[in-house]
Amino acid sequence: MAAAEMTGVTDAPRRARRRSLGWVFWLAVVWIGVVLFGALAANLLPLEDPSKISLLARRQGPSALHLFGTDHLGRDVLSRVVYGSRASLAVGLISAFLALLAGGTLGLLAGYFRGRLESLTMAAMDVLLAFPPLVLALAIIAYLGQDMVNLTLTLALLSVPASTRVARASTLAIAEREFVVAARALGASHLRVMLRELLPNVVLPLLVYTLILVAVLIVGEGVLSFLGLGVPPPMASWGSMMSEGREQLDVAPHIAFIPAIVMFLTVLSFNLVGDTLRSMTDPRRAAL
Amino acid sequence: MTLALLEVDNLCVELPTVRGPLRALAGVSLRLERGRSLGVVGESGSGKTMLSRAILQLLPPRAKVSGSTRFDGKTLQALAPEALRALRGKEIAVVFQDPMTSLNPVLTIGSQIVETLLEHLGLAASAARLRAVELLASVGIPEPERRAGQYPHQLSGGMRQRVAIAIALSCEPRLLLADEPTTALDVTVQAQILDLLARERSRRNMAMMLITHDLGIVAGRTDAVIVMYAGRVMERAATRVLFKQMRHPYTEALLAAIPKVEDAPHTPLAAIGGTPPDPTRPAPGCPFAPRCRYGRDDCREAMPGLAGLGDHQFACWHPLAQRPLPWRRDGR
Amino acid sequence: MLRFIGRRVLYLVPVLLAVTLLTFMVASLLPGDLALAMLGDQATPENVAALRSKLGLDLPAWQRYLHWLSGVVVGDFGQSHRTGEMVLHAIANRLPVSIELMLLAQLGALVVGVPLGILCAARADSTLDRVLSGGAFGLLSMPSFMLAILLIFAFSVHLGVLPATGYTPFTQDPVANLVSMVLPAASLALVEWPALMRILRSDMITTLQEDFIAMAKAKGLKRRRILFVHALKPSSFTLVTVTGLNVGRLIGGALVIETIFALPGLGRLLIEAIYSRDFIVLQGGVLFVAVAYVLVNFIVDLLYTVLDPRIRHGRG
Repeated sequence: MAAAEMTGVTDAPRRARRRSLGWVFWLAVVWIGVVLFGALAANLLPLEDPSKISLLARRQGPSALHLFGTDHLGRDVLSRVVYGSRASLAVGLISAFLALLAGGTLGLLAGYFRGRLESLTMAAMDVLLAFPPLVLALAIIAYLGQDMVNLTLTLALLSVPASTRVARASTLAIAEREFVVAARALGASHLRVMLRELLPNVVLPLLVYTLILVAVLIVGEGVLSFLGLGVPPPMASWGSMMSEGREQLDVAPHIAFIPAIVMFLTVLSFNLVGDTLRSMTDPRRAAL
Repeated sequence: MTLALLEVDNLCVELPTVRGPLRALAGVSLRLERGRSLGVVGESGSGKTMLSRAILQLLPPRAKVSGSTRFDGKTLQALAPEALRALRGKEIAVVFQDPMTSLNPVLTIGSQIVETLLEHLGLAASAARLRAVELLASVGIPEPERRAGQYPHQLSGGMRQRVAIAIALSCEPRLLLADEPTTALDVTVQAQILDLLARERSRRNMAMMLITHDLGIVAGRTDAVIVMYAGRVMERAATRVLFKQMRHPYTEALLAAIPKVEDAPHTPLAAIGGTPPDPTRPAPGCPFAPRCRYGRDDCREAMPGLAGLGDHQFACWHPLAQRPLPWRRDGR
Repeated sequence: MLRFIGRRVLYLVPVLLAVTLLTFMVASLLPGDLALAMLGDQATPENVAALRSKLGLDLPAWQRYLHWLSGVVVGDFGQSHRTGEMVLHAIANRLPVSIELMLLAQLGALVVGVPLGILCAARADSTLDRVLSGGAFGLLSMPSFMLAILLIFAFSVHLGVLPATGYTPFTQDPVANLVSMVLPAASLALVEWPALMRILRSDMITTLQEDFIAMAKAKGLKRRRILFVHALKPSSFTLVTVTGLNVGRLIGGALVIETIFALPGLGRLLIEAIYSRDFIVLQGGVLFVAVAYVLVNFIVDLLYTVLDPRIRHGRG
């Protein structure tokens, strides 16, 4: 590719350009920190009761009393957003973590042992992937019942195929490398090899992928709650807030917009952080 | 002195890279008359491919170019992009090294010829298609109508290169730049392709620049040769003169590196030891000095300019003695 | 070539079977009694017993599965408990709406995504490219229902030019139909185009580095031709594949969009079935959507091999 080399020589800086940890990255980290803090410390913060209905103070815009205004039942929007972040973050983080564990294990086993185990695992993943994810999630929740546990498990289940793929790909990339073969030759058991040689190398791309997964799952929870099939009421959730706010768009748009903005910024932040870390750690992108 | 078709004057090309500026060409000059052929010989990294790109004005935008290139009296650097575009493919044509990558894999062979004809000659589509089939036949491709509808990967390497040649010749160019046209091909096919190029050249009285790393290829097929190393011209001469009376040690080393049929079996190949210099860190003296068997201290200190008699010039402080040089491995 | 297709079809059958099995298993997840759940407050012991025998709920699971499967294969997806309508019939009624939405959304995404992808690839790393790519990245973080709310607010509530809900069949009034589809399709298209743009941009940037592009320039071809013919064609395969996959995904009904805009599509049928506990419809609907998804993916797979002449004609 002589000609390509000619142009490639000057294009090298472009291709090798990694997203440095600029201010956008740190801004995203800060935002995630803020939201996490709010979710964890909600009880301790000077917030109104998110379920407190006050028919006199309905649909009020942002004011000194209610920083983000009130919704159609007079509930304080700010506190509902903060308490709602609990649902979204809890579901998002826990589901992602469960998918990480299950998918990571399956992917590692499949990539290491190959053969029948691999074929069977990937075929099972294919069957799961044969369903449009939202439809499957809805069906499972419809049948199983609507509560936090079911929601979390369902979302985790739907994320397992993707995690498995990432883990398997990482495993395949290094399973044939010398240090693994050497370890086996020295008599290390399968378990030892997997834990000591493979796992440390697989964990990093998997963790980075999980960050992006969190973003996807927060949206997923949002959609389900928007449809009324996610977090069960009266628990606040960004999705359900947006659903309720939809009715009030003409008189009080802030009811829908505030949770929307918060959710958007949170999802964007996770995406940014995950994507930046991935472009830094992915050996394909980093090489010239 | 008649106006040469192609005149390159002290062409320097510098490319910015992550490791600093890369000096690809360091003052190359050459003349090519109408209908004559010039061999450009050098190792990888000698700048020979960069030379063809520079002539075509197809360097990456960040390249720094100085010196001038004149085609038919017109200074190419000064031409507007549209005028340049009209020249390329029509007056100046190129054959690249690897026909597998230089032909678009998802377009038919025929369409890749036709588009050139349509662009430069303004033929009607049907006339262009007919002409394309004629061209394929003229470069020796059997069943040209059928082949015109095929895709590059359906042809063998040699046939693909014939197609590339057909494309290059389609608009009757006055200058053909053949950039390592046979390097990617089987040895058995190489001679056929070179013969094809020679035949077409003489038939059309077309000027040709044959760029290669193989000194053996230019013997008997070119009128003159320039030998390049590290972005410079090391020696230039009429072909016969070069082979009989080479003066530059690098030329001698290149010749010695060619395996000969009459050698005894298992004769070791006389490869040139060492590697070409790093173009991002040019040294002050002659670039070949570290690898030259005759290298002395003054060679490393200053760069020799091109000097010599008439058409035979060489850049060396201590050129080889002026006598016919037998093709001996020990270099005496 | 035909053998190749035949092999893929053979692989399809077990996948479809597995899909039916999984659907059936999901349906069995229901804790408690299906008939009871379906009847809700209308549940009397007699009603429940009657429904149980009607649905064959007393039979062992594998028998129920086979019974259901044998019905499905001939097109008998069961009957809606609520409306008495045959499930397949209900699906057939709703399908055109979902398909129209899906086609319009995909078209919109392509119309925006493809030109921008080409533009950004041609001017890679310029300010324009950075701005557009950044914007695309941002949009990827916005779910469609959020965008839908934004659009409704802007165009329906604020400007009042487009309806927030409602649907007119095409055959009845084409103009009204398209007007009612603008916002729904836009909500989907605007979150789809960033992905398409990024894919095309990335593929084209890679292609533009290839030797045959340098060759095309050396032939003196016009820049437009090089971009749109030489560069675009080999770069479009991933794009076509992804578009095809999206089509499959959206057949599932852009559930949420259909719900927001009250479009009588397939997705909304599923949601309504969930809300009204019409589990027969749900089961049939999910199966239909899953099978359609598998079939569309399969066709896209085949299409990919047909499009790329390198694969089509085999290695030379």
